Amino acid sequence: MKFSESWLRTFVNPALDSDGLAHLLTMAGLEVEERTPVAATFDQVVVAEVLSKEKHPDADRLNVLSVNVGQAEPLTIVCGAQNVTVGMKAPCALVGAKLPGIEIKQAKVRGIASFGMMCSAKELGLAEESSGLMELAADAAIGQSIRAHLDLDDQLLTLKLTPNRTDCLSLHGIARDVAALTGASLSALSASNIAQRCAAKVEVSVAASAACPRYTGRVISGVNAQAATPVWMVRRLERSGLRSISAIVDVTNYVLLELGQPLHAFDLKKLNGAIEVRFARAGEQLKTLNEQMVELQSDMLVIADQQGPVALAGVMGGAESAVDEKTSDIFLESAFFSPSVIVGKSRRLGFGSDSSYRFERGVDFAATQIALDRATQLILDICGGEAGAVTEVIGQLPARAPVQLRVDRIERVLGIRLAAVEVAQILTRLGMVLQRQGDQFEVTPPSYRFDIAIEEDLIEEIARVYGYDRIPAATSQANMTMLPQVEVLRPLARLRRALVTRDYQEAITYAFVEADWERDLCANTNPVTLQNPIASQMSVMRSCLLGGLLAALRTNLARKQPRVRLFEIGGCFTAAGDSYAQQERVAVVAYGSAQAEQWGVSARAVDFYDVKGDIEALFAPRVLTFEAAQHPASHPGRSARIRVDGQAVGWIGELHPQWQHQYDLPLAPVWFEVDQAALTHSPLPNLAEISRLPAVRRDIAVVVDEAQTVQVLIETIRQAQAPNVVDATLFDIYRGKGVEQGRKSLAFRVLLQDTQKTLTDKEIDSNMQLVMSALQKIGATLRS
Amino acid sequence: MQELQQILEQALAQFSVIDDEVELERVKARYLGKEGSLTGLLKGLGKLSAEERPAAGARINEVKQQIEDALQTRRDSIQQRALNAKLEAESLDVTLPGRNASTGGLHPVTRTLERIETLFNSIGFAVAEGPEIETDFYNFTALNIPEDHPARAMHDTFYIDDKHVLRTHTSPIQIRYMEAHMEKHRQQETMPDIRIIAPGRVYRVDSDATHSPMFHQVEGLWIGEKVSFADLKGVVQSFLQRFFESDDLQVRFRPSFFPFTEPSAEMDMSWKGGWLEIGGCGMVHPNVLKHVNIDSEKYIGFAFGLGVERLTMLRYGVNDLRLFFENDVQFLKQFS
Repeated sequence: MKFSESWLRTFVNPALDSDGLAHLLTMAGLEVEERTPVAATFDQVVVAEVLSKEKHPDADRLNVLSVNVGQAEPLTIVCGAQNVTVGMKAPCALVGAKLPGIEIKQAKVRGIASFGMMCSAKELGLAEESSGLMELAADAAIGQSIRAHLDLDDQLLTLKLTPNRTDCLSLHGIARDVAALTGASLSALSASNIAQRCAAKVEVSVAASAACPRYTGRVISGVNAQAATPVWMVRRLERSGLRSISAIVDVTNYVLLELGQPLHAFDLKKLNGAIEVRFARAGEQLKTLNEQMVELQSDMLVIADQQGPVALAGVMGGAESAVDEKTSDIFLESAFFSPSVIVGKSRRLGFGSDSSYRFERGVDFAATQIALDRATQLILDICGGEAGAVTEVIGQLPARAPVQLRVDRIERVLGIRLAAVEVAQILTRLGMVLQRQGDQFEVTPPSYRFDIAIEEDLIEEIARVYGYDRIPAATSQANMTMLPQVEVLRPLARLRRALVTRDYQEAITYAFVEADWERDLCANTNPVTLQNPIASQMSVMRSCLLGGLLAALRTNLARKQPRVRLFEIGGCFTAAGDSYAQQERVAVVAYGSAQAEQWGVSARAVDFYDVKGDIEALFAPRVLTFEAAQHPASHPGRSARIRVDGQAVGWIGELHPQWQHQYDLPLAPVWFEVDQAALTHSPLPNLAEISRLPAVRRDIAVVVDEAQTVQVLIETIRQAQAPNVVDATLFDIYRGKGVEQGRKSLAFRVLLQDTQKTLTDKEIDSNMQLVMSALQKIGATLRS
Repeated sequence: MQELQQILEQALAQFSVIDDEVELERVKARYLGKEGSLTGLLKGLGKLSAEERPAAGARINEVKQQIEDALQTRRDSIQQRALNAKLEAESLDVTLPGRNASTGGLHPVTRTLERIETLFNSIGFAVAEGPEIETDFYNFTALNIPEDHPARAMHDTFYIDDKHVLRTHTSPIQIRYMEAHMEKHRQQETMPDIRIIAPGRVYRVDSDATHSPMFHQVEGLWIGEKVSFADLKGVVQSFLQRFFESDDLQVRFRPSFFPFTEPSAEMDMSWKGGWLEIGGCGMVHPNVLKHVNIDSEKYIGFAFGLGVERLTMLRYGVNDLRLFFENDVQFLKQFS
């Protein structure tokens, strides 16, 4: 809602300056989003009349003017404007005037003394561009300050109104609230008594009475549709962001802004017979004022004449019945349409209007005829003509059900105690009708308030007028209860710290990604898709985090980062029947050298085992198993499914060379992605007996086929039923001399220990014998 | 005895110029070895008379002790010098960088979220979560935003299908949490207070310098038997003062509209001489409580929502929202 302060002050003029008024509005919930002066600061510019004009003797493009500025003697002014004519009125900046950017001094222009400057709109800061002098009205009073003449000492206010405050979608509505807030008096609407002077009439019937509980209209015949809109009206419309179109349309717009009542003027000669307010019928169409052909639907309310729809009720008039410069008789409509009938229509149509904006939120149904009369009077004043009688059809207007209000409840909600008397005062100022019984009220809201249905709505109104800032900030009292601490759930914050310690930087990427990433990296050809994505490369919901991390990696490579290690923790989405599943995952991508470049450590690219070490460290003390398995994102021979306690929890791999190439990556990144739930679960320690006797170490080297995995060998050792083997770790891999082609030698450190006694050589040997025979069963031979 | 004095002087003179331990032991043998001159004198004692012998023996032993002392002193000195030389040779340039010092860091938004969680944990608010793909019901209807309500236009919503949206705010978590809470305490006559914050990613169809289609919010909710708007002001004000570590920070509440709160307020905080919008809040609307079967006569409470990116930008001087989701490590690592 945009309007000029001076217009508002014609309705209510509290003893507040502009700043104070803006603050009042903002703190009352009518947020002043923007406030700008109508004109820049300048002074000593007056209305002047050009008395004579002569060519400058020494300059072709300059004229020497004699100008009447209302002083005893005319001023001589040298002027370069091309549109200057004798008799024209234009602004003149006197010597000493300060304009935006310049100060006017007496000066010689090509040898002739000039005592001021004739101004263009641009020079006064009133327009971005202008050519020639700003021409003023012929009746402008010579010598009058231009600021007064053009009403420039004014501010433009833009209110950011919340959807509930439909009552403030007009100057009068805002003024009414300001009056309630400040106690200043509100100018009464001048109720014109329109004399009926013409007999013409349009019969109106309302078939959809619930949708249109009140319809009023009247004929005005013999209007001059080409009459000029008065300057004051054009100015107010312009300062509200509306362009002047024609006097009749301007009046309807003006009354809309003034009173919040949308009006529509039909060209009477273009209407065919009686009109009816009804829902549209199948197959009906209407070309609206904005030249759109609308296929009407059966829940759209229309104004129809005997031939069909002539307006989309409450939204927009039809092009065929619109007033134009030849119009001589009009039918002026002022109606109340139920919000529920208008709501949602503009979204469906793809266009709305100031009218639909108001009707879908609620228009004061008690002011329908006041607005009709106000507009009629203005049209009669400006365009002439004769008014007919009002046709009115009234159905069941909205009821304002009384709302119960308890003073105790106010205290419970707001935390402050207000006296019943004060409550009554506030509500009365807001136009509410009260029935008081002790500390309890029955409150009936006024017709213009569509947002008062329950006790809390009234409490908000009371707080609003009382002042939110007068409610103290309390130090709360509450029962102390400790928050649960589930020890087996490692806090996410600690998991993040662990990743940071392993040299990963956290990234946050968009959850909507390119469909291609889903297809390529997750083989997901049926991703969760947005109906209205913001861009095609953000059209589907990710089912894995890898795509976003690769994109972030690319961003950093483009900015010449040689080594990038990123992690992200976030949701991944899949369709699950009628619904959607979200799984929180943890993913990393490591690119570039294994360690940051440094002295004494030879650089090598990060590999599978570096990143495997990271994921193992993150899961510790839980032990992971890795199973060679293919993932669409990974190199087929460098890819593994990660399991913990037999449960698959994620994947690790080196990016497939195909994607490496496609994503333009000079080196292959290594990535993993695991379920966050698996990572945050960390078992409660449960103490096992510790031995005070030293462990015995035996090394064993076996030769196996290349294809044999270390994990199988270690599991074999662990499951060899050797009673004293407590641990087995690989410490060397050897291929080459002494080991036949296609085989490899693996050296394990086996630790043996007993909790009760020192192991004898014999016991150790028998343990190792069990280990060896288990290994032999899977094809390992002892390396001699 | 003249001879004894000469031996002593000669030994001391010889020891003093030897810098090598092996050489020192070799020279020592000349005096104290089997064939050594002092050993020879000791052997010669037998030739003396019984009267002379004790004095001469004492005299020789005294010289022997002096030689041994000199020898030990010289030995220590040689060792000390060798040790010094070794230590000097082994000294490091302690200014060389340590190995593998690099670590990663947290995203600034996470840093802020963790801080918010810590502050609210300290006054007994637990952390709740909910899905990012929400049903129309939880995102709107249960929050008192019926279909076609003009307030829906305030949310530029991403739709998945007719019934599912990307949540436009973290408020649906309120509903889910209240439902679960009611279910858990169904048998109790008085429900324990609900005190939660609900952080998370939210989505709006909006993308420019000051809007990101994905961003983070933190929702706060306190429902109990005696929770008022004054408490809401107190909690939000104290949070902002602690978060920005400034007791002078002013918080302003002004009337606003949200379908799920009544009364509703917009929160502004003082910043560089002006006011900055920081979030919305209000007393939970009775219709919202009704949706989750909480008796709004018995229980009352407040909810608030804060923009996490906004807080992060103000706290750390970030001036462009888009930086958060570009993931440039030069930006990110400044928050390590």
